[in-house]
Amino acid sequence: MARPRPEPMQVVKQRRDAALHALVGGVPYIRFLNISFDRRGDELTSVLNFDDKLIGNPLLPAIHGGVTAAFLEVTAVITLSWEHLFPRIEGGEIDADAIVTDDSIRFPKTIDFTVDYLRSGLPRDAYARAFISRAGRRYASVRVEAWQDNHAKLFAQATGHFLMPQSPSAKG
Amino acid sequence: MVDKTVLARQFIEAIPHARALGLKLKQIGAGEAEITMPYNEDLIGDPRTGVIHGGAVSTILDTCCGAAVMSHPSAPGGTATIDLRIDYMRAATPGQTITARASCYHITRNVAFVRATAMDDDHDRPVATASGSFTVEGK
Repeated sequence: MARPRPEPMQVVKQRRDAALHALVGGVPYIRFLNISFDRRGDELTSVLNFDDKLIGNPLLPAIHGGVTAAFLEVTAVITLSWEHLFPRIEGGEIDADAIVTDDSIRFPKTIDFTVDYLRSGLPRDAYARAFISRAGRRYASVRVEAWQDNHAKLFAQATGHFLMPQSPSAKG
Repeated sequence: MVDKTVLARQFIEAIPHARALGLKLKQIGAGEAEITMPYNEDLIGDPRTGVIHGGAVSTILDTCCGAAVMSHPSAPGGTATIDLRIDYMRAATPGQTITARASCYHITRNVAFVRATAMDDDHDRPVATASGSFTVEGK
């Protein structure tokens, strides 16, 4: 028996990009820091687009440590949400409109977040990727790496724990 | 003696990102600092509830910890974060100013150890706590 014909590429891309855009675009703080996301298949890389208002040490100058922490946390939360929702987006169960309007779709909540500052953040764009060490039904553990010019030289890394959104039917 | 608290205040309020968040240094001295951040819709992390993003809370805590280090009598000059852990206890109430208080409770020639708490109007129930280590840099 022949397998079903694959969907046209533009249909797949449009669906995934619209869902990602809905997930990220609705958050004012992500716009405030001007963080964007590159998607390759289901893999996300976040980009902190440099601006002078992100500076924390004007003498060096260097990106504010709080901005670095926030950038890594945003990367962790969006990557976790994305991987959590991706099967339902692909299955056609939810779409970009549902992400914006459906109240049952919520973000994971940060329980704790620990950042190691390895180098000062240079006044230019930064990139980050999150790796989900474990995603359980209630808790998730995530590791994040951030770099600038050279991917091998991380300027910060973080680990955090998150409370996963509970579906309305679930107890508790 | 040049008042170090004046220098610290000038240093904090000259930080571009501290200005972008509207951070105000309320108290500083002897390894303790208090900073406030007014509610701002640009900092919302959850558009359905209007709750401020944890990242903005991290930033006020990091800034406040750095200020506490610089104000310590044994700190000769600047500082940078080595590591910072934030525990989020609850969502900050939308519309309320966040206040952070930090204390540099131990300092060596090279490292400063700091704890901090972030609160909204209800000071009895912290929004978040932080604990971190910071560099101690020369003049």
